[in-house]
This record gives sequence, C-alpha cells and structure tokens, in this order.
Amino acid sequence: MLEYISIIITAIFVNNIVFAQFLGICPFIGVSRKLSSAVGMGAAVTFVMLLATAITWALQDLVLNPFGLGFMQTIVFILVIAALVQMLEIILKKIAPVLYSALGVFLPLITTNCAVLGVAITVVQKGMNLGESIVYALATAVGFTMAIAIFAGIREQLAWTSVPKAMRGVPIAMICAGLLAMAFMGFSGIKIG
Amino acid sequence: MNDKLKILFNGIIAENPTFVLMLGMCPTLGTTGSAINGMSMGLATMAVLICSNVVISLIKNFVPSKVRIPAYIVVIAAFVSVLQLVMEAYVPSLYATLGIFIPLIVVNCIVLGRAEAFASRHGVLDSCLDGIGIGLGFTVALTILGAVRELLGTGKVFDLTVYPEQFGSLVFVLAPGAFIALGLLIALFTKLRSAKC
Repeated sequence: MLEYISIIITAIFVNNIVFAQFLGICPFIGVSRKLSSAVGMGAAVTFVMLLATAITWALQDLVLNPFGLGFMQTIVFILVIAALVQMLEIILKKIAPVLYSALGVFLPLITTNCAVLGVAITVVQKGMNLGESIVYALATAVGFTMAIAIFAGIREQLAWTSVPKAMRGVPIAMICAGLLAMAFMGFSGIKIG
Repeated sequence: MNDKLKILFNGIIAENPTFVLMLGMCPTLGTTGSAINGMSMGLATMAVLICSNVVISLIKNFVPSKVRIPAYIVVIAAFVSVLQLVMEAYVPSLYATLGIFIPLIVVNCIVLGRAEAFASRHGVLDSCLDGIGIGLGFTVALTILGAVRELLGTGKVFDLTVYPEQFGSLVFVLAPGAFIALGLLIALFTKLRSAKC
C-alpha cells in the first residue's frame, strides 16, 4: 500500500510529468489559454493514458516479450494509442458532443502527446507490474491535469498584463513555466517509505 | 535551382521548427542540457524526418485520405525503431543519455506535421530538401539552446571550459533553466526576425 502512495506522490509532485520530465509540453503550451479547455484536455488525457498504459503493458507482457518482438515496441505502442484516441473521438461525439466540440482539434492531438507514449514506455522500462503501472499512469495524468490547470489560470491573468512585443505569447509563457518548475523543484528529495 | 535552395533555407529561418513554428518542444527542453546532446538529438530527428518525408511523398498517392494519419505514423514509427536499434548498437552511451526521447521522436509534432503539411503534397526531391532544411533548423536551434544552457550552467561549451564551473548557475542545466532559456531565445529570435524585415 505504501509503495502505491509513494508512486502517487512522486508522479504528481516530485517527478511531475511536465515540470520535471518535459513530456506533454505541446498541449501544455497549446491548450492552456483557457482554464475550461485545459481541464477538459486533462480529463481526456487521463482517460487515454490510463487505458493506453494498461493495454500496452499487457501487450508487452503477453505478446512482445514472449515472442522476442521487443523491437516492435515503438510501432505497436503508438498504434494502440492512435486507435484509442480514434475510439475516444467516436465515443465522445456520440455521448458528449459539447465536450467533443470544445476540445476541437486538440482531441486527435492527444495521439502525439509525448506524455502518453512516454508513460507507456516508462512503466515497461522500470519493470513495474500491472497494478503499479495503472497507479503510475493515473497519478501522472493527475499531475499533468494539475500542471496544465495551474498554468491556464496563470495565463488567463497574463493576458491582462503588458508584455514586451517580442516576449508575447510563448516566450513569456515559457518563463512562467520555468518559475513553476522551480517551485516544483522544492518537492525533490521527498521519499515515502 | 533557386526555389530548391529556398525550401532548404525555409526550414532554418522562416519556418524554424523551434523558434517560429514552436513544435517539438518536449525534446527541445529535455535533451539540451549540453550542446553535444542537443546536437545529437537534432541530427537523430533530422535522419527520421528525411527518411519519413521521402517515403511519405512516395506513397502519398496510394494511401486513402481517411487512413493517412495512421499510415504516416506507421512509417515514422518504423524509421524510429530502426534509429533506436542503430543508436543502441553504435553509440550506446549517447543512446542512454538521450533515453526516452529517442522513441518519442515518433510523436514529435515536427515529423508528423511536416509529413502532413509538406510531404503529402510535394514531390520526392522537394520533400527530401524540406526534411533536410527543417532538420537542420531543428538541429541548429537545439545546439544553440544546449550551448547556452551548458555555458551558463557549467561554464563549458562542447566540454571545453570557458570559465570556471563554480561561477555557473546550475539552474540552467536543470528543468527551470530549460524553460527560461528557451523562452528568452524564442523572444530573441522573434526580435531579430522583425528587425531584419
């Protein structure tokens, strides 16, 4: 039990996927202008990340490793993720058309979200079992949603300030992200159990 | 000849993937702790970009429009897998340093973005040149960012000492410094470009 708590705290704070591992930056910059779209993106990523990690872990354990097909990992994993996102698009269009149109073009872009593929590869590389992998994926997704929500809140405020012309848009956002990353560095070294 | 050169230089200045298009931020931030790492990552991505651009422009007429994105992803994933195996065999220390970012080239927005925006609409030679141009732009951007971070953080560039390490600000080699250095470089590039025109 303690190890699960350790995984959760580490994935959300100490080793935050955005501020420490540099994964998921593209949607982090792209979808964080409004708090509502940021949270929606976070929810969608959580769903995809959870399912993708479970399925790819199972594939690695039951198909790729026993048959010595380790080199196919990249191709198989990305195809699973692409298929999952496609499925999510179809499902969302049917049961939650408002959310579907709110996410717009960013929904198919979850396929290219480094965080999803990154987590899928990491759990295999670190030799986690299925339970640990699912907890890790869920915690990472929560960390991602938290990061993108905090950032969206800051950017909404930034829109009202006067920024030098060359710094407008992405550069000032990057500086803010850097300061946020510095704040999250305060969590480093925390270990549970 | 002139428009071929234009495609080449387009990727380095006008449509520089890092400073103008602002794609592929993840490896940009994650692998630029030192100049040599940044340059290696840029070259690895360029290799995949050239190969995938060429193949996709060759198959563009045979792929139905509805399944083109998954098809492109399979092509890119295949080349990334090849790159992984080659790097693991011939440059194992570099492969270990770059870590998870090598397989993540497959989801690098630049590679898929160029496949969709350029290779699927142009001939083989143009796509190849575009791959080289964008790849060079990416490599130059990553090398510059890596050099800046390494210089400010450790006083060295490409492992050559410029000033003593104790005067360096370690933050630039760590996570926050990556964000800050990249933000400032993008602002500088934007300023220089608007000053030129």
